[in-house]
Amino acid sequence: MTTLEDRPDVAPEIGRDRRRKEDQRLITGRTRWTDNITLPGMLHLAMVRSPFAHARITGIDTSEAKAATNVVGVFTAADLGESQGVLINAWAITEDQVTPTHLPMAADRVSFAGEIVAVVVARTQAEARDAAELVDVDYEELPAALDLKKAAADEVLAHPELGTNKSAFWQFDSEGAGTGGNVEAAIEKARTDGVVIEREFRQQRLIPAFMEPRSTVVDPSGEQITMWSATQIPHILRFALAATTGVPESKIRVIAPDVGGGFGGKLQTTPEEWLTFCLANRLGKPVKYTETRSESLVSAHHGRDQWQKLTLAAEKDGTVTGLKVDLLADLGSYVSLVGGGVPVLGAFMFNAIYKFPAYQFNCQTVLTNKTWTDAYRGAGRPEATYGIERIMSELAAEIGMDPIELREKNWIKHEEFPFTTVAGLEYDTGNYEAATAKALEMFGYDELRAEQKRRREAGDTVQLGIGISTFTEMCGLAPSRVLGSLNYGAGGWESATVRMLATGKVEVVTGASAHGQGHETAFSQIVADRLGVSFDDVEVLHGDTQIASKGLDTYGSRSLVVGGEALVKATDKVIEKAKPVAAHLLEASVEDIEFSAGRFSVRGTDQGLAIGEIASAVFTAHNLPDGMEPSLDSEATYDPINFNYPHGTHLCAMEVDTETGAVKMRKYVCVDDIGNVINPLIVSGQVQGGLVQGIAQALWEEAVYDEAGTLVSGSFVDYLLPTSADTMNYEIDHTTTPSITNTLGTKGVGEAGTIASTPAVVGSVVDAIRHLGVNDIQMPCTPERVWKAIQGAGTGGPATEGAAMPHFDTDEAGTASTEGAGA
Amino acid sequence: MMVDGAKVADDVEPRTLLVQYLREKLGKTGTVVGCDTSNCGACTVHLDGTSVKSCNVLAVQADGGEVKTIEGLATDGVLHPVQEAFRDCHGLQCGYCTPGMIMQSVALLEENPTPSEAEIREGLEGNLCRCTGYQNIVRAVKQASGQTEGVTA
Repeated sequence: MTTLEDRPDVAPEIGRDRRRKEDQRLITGRTRWTDNITLPGMLHLAMVRSPFAHARITGIDTSEAKAATNVVGVFTAADLGESQGVLINAWAITEDQVTPTHLPMAADRVSFAGEIVAVVVARTQAEARDAAELVDVDYEELPAALDLKKAAADEVLAHPELGTNKSAFWQFDSEGAGTGGNVEAAIEKARTDGVVIEREFRQQRLIPAFMEPRSTVVDPSGEQITMWSATQIPHILRFALAATTGVPESKIRVIAPDVGGGFGGKLQTTPEEWLTFCLANRLGKPVKYTETRSESLVSAHHGRDQWQKLTLAAEKDGTVTGLKVDLLADLGSYVSLVGGGVPVLGAFMFNAIYKFPAYQFNCQTVLTNKTWTDAYRGAGRPEATYGIERIMSELAAEIGMDPIELREKNWIKHEEFPFTTVAGLEYDTGNYEAATAKALEMFGYDELRAEQKRRREAGDTVQLGIGISTFTEMCGLAPSRVLGSLNYGAGGWESATVRMLATGKVEVVTGASAHGQGHETAFSQIVADRLGVSFDDVEVLHGDTQIASKGLDTYGSRSLVVGGEALVKATDKVIEKAKPVAAHLLEASVEDIEFSAGRFSVRGTDQGLAIGEIASAVFTAHNLPDGMEPSLDSEATYDPINFNYPHGTHLCAMEVDTETGAVKMRKYVCVDDIGNVINPLIVSGQVQGGLVQGIAQALWEEAVYDEAGTLVSGSFVDYLLPTSADTMNYEIDHTTTPSITNTLGTKGVGEAGTIASTPAVVGSVVDAIRHLGVNDIQMPCTPERVWKAIQGAGTGGPATEGAAMPHFDTDEAGTASTEGAGA
Repeated sequence: MMVDGAKVADDVEPRTLLVQYLREKLGKTGTVVGCDTSNCGACTVHLDGTSVKSCNVLAVQADGGEVKTIEGLATDGVLHPVQEAFRDCHGLQCGYCTPGMIMQSVALLEENPTPSEAEIREGLEGNLCRCTGYQNIVRAVKQASGQTEGVTA
């Protein structure tokens, strides 16, 4: 018995700006990306992809490719038959959803440019790619459904055998749900004695563009077939492989090693994974497939792509009375893993922080002959936030009220929480007043408004605009019951295990598999505090289904708020298991044992034992209470009781050159309330990186298709990821209203910046030139589009067609791309 | 050629890119490939003291030259100041762009030991990062140049 020191370093870990544990390897190149993996006898795949958006395959001649040196085989859908499996949709949003069968490799018809029609296996990657060029495929082109609105009208069918492009219609109506009034009545009333604002916004198609191209390695040589994949979702991937290939789940091991970013783009089960799995099993050899960037941009799923019609009803004083949303959402050529559900996630967020008495959300998902869409950072919530924040500013402009004042008039006051919204969610906590007040002060709002007024009056060629986004989001996907009620195919719990090692070290196993977020560091901080052990003594393990056998992975800002809570519960169990041991060794009763800062002590005495000493005593098991199981290791699976609701106020000041249409961001301030912060350094990185992705949607990025259905922005030459020279320093700060839906008081932060920033940026551009008659500019707000909007003043922004890139000739490229007007 | 201080010799196909040679023949997988149009800079290494995108150089062009990759940047286990600054300023998240970003930053500081923020931003323009929004990368380079203290979050 000793009175050993408590943890020498007693400063709490939570809240500390710890440098990341992950970084030592990453900054020295000691990494384990999937493409780094080389196994004896490994074979390499290259895909033959359709150049046509929609075509019948009339013949595939593989003879020349098969004869090439070091080619092991060339396979088509006919060769693989049912062994190739099928790709699943895990979220049929309605019972009668129209869902085309999605084979990894097309059999007789391709339905987007980039779809796989044959696969070459060779001894080296270069030889596989060379031979892929030798595969001769005959196509009979079919008319392609490309334009979203035309596709919704079934003018041309993306899948002729289905008879329609309309996949599912999903509605939420507050009157029907009993959460609010009748929206049509609210709109009718406003038409007679109030204000009605109607706008149609375009959410352009985006590409997640994670930096690490996707890669998959399958080794069939063990008793378990091992798949390494650059995926966000090793557990879901394993389940889906077992469910669709007939291989028992227990015979499959999936490992997500170092994964280079995802942003939702690796929240997918892919044709390439299925083909790698199939061919490795068929050939009995390890097989690797790594995509090129060009393949990634055309075949990894895209995001967003909606038309949003919003009708907002208000009283003349600006009090909102109703909101109706009609969405068209482009699924692309197949209903992907969560594809149809992404716009539905937005259904609960259009009403945002405002007290709408009546609300209706209608969403039609539509099949087209383009790359399939699915989650991209924010997934449904950025789209909703964009729509509502833009139209709230439109209402303010219409009635001549300051847009901040209008928001304040309509938002939920801090004393009104918990608040059940018109969409049926219960917001647990929030303080919009505090975040907004802090942001306004940091921004210098009044001075910038005064400058804007001066410049307008002086008729400056460079005008100043201010954009506002007072956003909230739901994150921490998700309470399993809620997912069940939405017909989602899985639950939303997360799992954690804490293992107390004999040497005093602690292993933590989490089912939330990170791909750059810093889980190892943040989770170590939580465990260090809870167990009173050193930060460096905690090892976080994840991303391998044989180590972390249970999990639902990382997306939807869930890792900390769901996975972290599971961790808290597992550590609590360790402590509870250790107490009887401490009591036994200290010859005290369990009721008298207290645990604090890593030490079990007897109340009222100076006697105690450190948790490491208990772990060591349990390891030897020489002297334990009778009948006690010699283990402190504990597991917990946590199913959240509610989402949590980060919020914040983002303000953007933009200078717009009215002669050239060029925009220049002058200042960006955001004050986010994400509850208690585990590691402020990691949070700053999440917010800054998130902001830039949202700003990029507003200003630069767009997946552009030509009239034949070819992705024009198919490389990093044309798909404009922002560079260090395009961006600036953003001023970020926080207010703190802890969430009460989890023990740590935390909220999600991974998506917040992306969700909030887009409307603030576009709003600032519109605000700068509103006096010239402009009330919308279609994203991305290129100089060309801004200039055209100014020239076409009064029409609310002219048709902004053509490619995203200003270097395209607009007359020629104008026929391509983004389906029309920005009005 | 010399790679990270070691003399290496191989016969390669004429079309082999330097990055393929580094990864596939030498196992220098610290250097990675992020695109196929030389836009992303993830494969940046130093060739005879100058930063190059190793996807844009044939292996045979480096014959007789001196190549330094991210794996040869630390000396005797001591991190290069730029590596240290990237960690200290949280200049990386997923880490995929990081080898190229660090190698480019080192080259930038060798050319201009005290760059302004604008010079840093322009100097790194050829290296894409999707995670960080660049703000902490710029701070890291500034800190490595000795011009500022570390980031305070």
